[in-house]
Amino acid sequence: MESALLRRILLSLVATMIVAALCVYGAFWRPSLAAAPVPAANSFSPQLVEKGAVLAGLGNCASCHTAKGGKAFAGGYGLATPFGTIYSSNITPDPATGIGTWSQEAFKRAMHEGVRADGAHLFPAFPYTHFTTITDEDVTALYAYLMTRPPVVAPAIANTVPFPLSLRPLQAGWKLLYFKKASYETEVGKSVDWNRGRYLSEGVAHCAACHTPRNKLGAEIKNSPYLGANIDAWFAPALTDANTAPLPWTEDEIYTYLRSGMTALHGTASGPMAGVIYDGLAKAPDSDIRAMAIYFADMNGSAPDAKQSKLLSLDTIKAEATLAKIMSKSSQVGGQYNDHGANLYLAACASCHSNSNGKPAAIRPELGLNSALTAAEPTNLIQVILHGIAKREAQPSLVMPGFAATMSDDDIAQIASYLRRSRTELAPWPAVDVTVAKLRKASKSE
Amino acid sequence: MNKLTVNGKSVTVDVDPETPLLWVIRDEIGLKGTKFGCGIGMCGACTVHLDGRAIRSCITPVSAVADAQITTIEGLGAGLGGSAGSGADGQHPLQIAWIATQAPQCGYCQSGQIMQAATLLKDYPHPTDANIDAVMSGNLCRCMAYVRIRKAIKLAAEGAQVTNAQETKQEQTHA
Repeated sequence: MESALLRRILLSLVATMIVAALCVYGAFWRPSLAAAPVPAANSFSPQLVEKGAVLAGLGNCASCHTAKGGKAFAGGYGLATPFGTIYSSNITPDPATGIGTWSQEAFKRAMHEGVRADGAHLFPAFPYTHFTTITDEDVTALYAYLMTRPPVVAPAIANTVPFPLSLRPLQAGWKLLYFKKASYETEVGKSVDWNRGRYLSEGVAHCAACHTPRNKLGAEIKNSPYLGANIDAWFAPALTDANTAPLPWTEDEIYTYLRSGMTALHGTASGPMAGVIYDGLAKAPDSDIRAMAIYFADMNGSAPDAKQSKLLSLDTIKAEATLAKIMSKSSQVGGQYNDHGANLYLAACASCHSNSNGKPAAIRPELGLNSALTAAEPTNLIQVILHGIAKREAQPSLVMPGFAATMSDDDIAQIASYLRRSRTELAPWPAVDVTVAKLRKASKSE
Repeated sequence: MNKLTVNGKSVTVDVDPETPLLWVIRDEIGLKGTKFGCGIGMCGACTVHLDGRAIRSCITPVSAVADAQITTIEGLGAGLGGSAGSGADGQHPLQIAWIATQAPQCGYCQSGQIMQAATLLKDYPHPTDANIDAVMSGNLCRCMAYVRIRKAIKLAAEGAQVTNAQETKQEQTHA
């Protein structure tokens, strides 16, 4: 009697779940869109293509859609996710292996809803959750830009996402939980520039994709926006007031950093962000970079309202005191004879990194001001010591050789620990040598 | 094949991209003024300039300098009395000061010392002892010629100021 009742309850539960799943599947079901003839390059105006080039730069599309050493936009770049490696697709206009036969409507649907031309759901490794707010006009420009790139024959590489996660219909469930089709809504009461900055940063530039921590299902955690996250064996720092840099990221500092890749008060771009700045944002006009700086300076609270001039001056005084304190430590280049970390720093680092006249210079990156030293983990500092800073075209030359081949894990750990100890007042990082070994291994498996 | 520019001349060398710049300069191009010291970026003997700034060539792979201008001790004084990279000019204020103070003893580390000192003077045109200690601390001299190196740097700084003053005067005259 009881078991019959239980069975009936169970059966109805299962039935309800199946119906619910079918409803979700149905609600997110999208048709296959008809293949369109490859548009002729001259069917787009040069102005539209140019506008698309700027937007593609802001979105840094090429960084994920180009394999290491491969042809631009031909895909094949492996994005390591906790669910397996997802290989980017070929977005050149090749009709067979690229998006050549995608109509503008299909492209728009992919950008706004994360759906392939054949109706299959795209994995959210493709940040359609951000691209959904890009205006139709801007999507058209991006389409024009991509459709006028040289077509490349490059078949898709199979992802290593295991079954059943590899089933694309399951993405309907993910979308139900974490995705809402949206368009950009102007924030009244904020300036035109601020809104432009927000539109770009939250949309095409998808800054949060790296700078916001993700949950177990790979979705950005909504109530932790821009709190910083580990990505590609680097740490993408917080873009809020949770950022640990000793000096505030003011509008001008953000602007200089995003435009040139380095500032005297915060340091030099490295790791994935170097690519964002030199390969991507470099295509955007100063006004767009300024708009993003305005948006993020407002977000981190370093841009108080002009009316609160008292607060501003207090902030300035505080920042100056912090700077003076850090600079007094920079010139302490002498270590104790038995301090291995200090001696290594003196021999290998100080000739470029010390600032001995009380003022930091961008070309002599002041480590005491760098969030690599104040972050909760030594990830970024170790990465730069291991691999250095490569030469980039768009900046005054600043090249740092990597020490991976010449320093042991312990040597690097000693330097990192010495810098943390002598340049900050924060607690020591635990087991730094273990982190060095881990990061060294991560770069070998790349 | 790796392309690079050394002392104003474009060079193509057929080496592994990971080859340290030092060995390209010495063995492939044949400029022997840049020395091998420790090979791990800890002594400064191999210092050359990359786009005008000191860098340790023993740990810098040649692939990292493809688009850069490399200057070695042979090219430091280019345009200051000799032809670029001729090796015969040696007229950089630091080179003049080095000879005037007879700074070297065995001389092995000195080209690295001079190349590092050139960056020092660029960043700190009027260097104090603290500036010199901070920037030159990675350049070892086993003959302990540090006192004369310091003297030479200060002499060169004065000389450079004279040169700058002359240039300013010339500009004014032309104007």
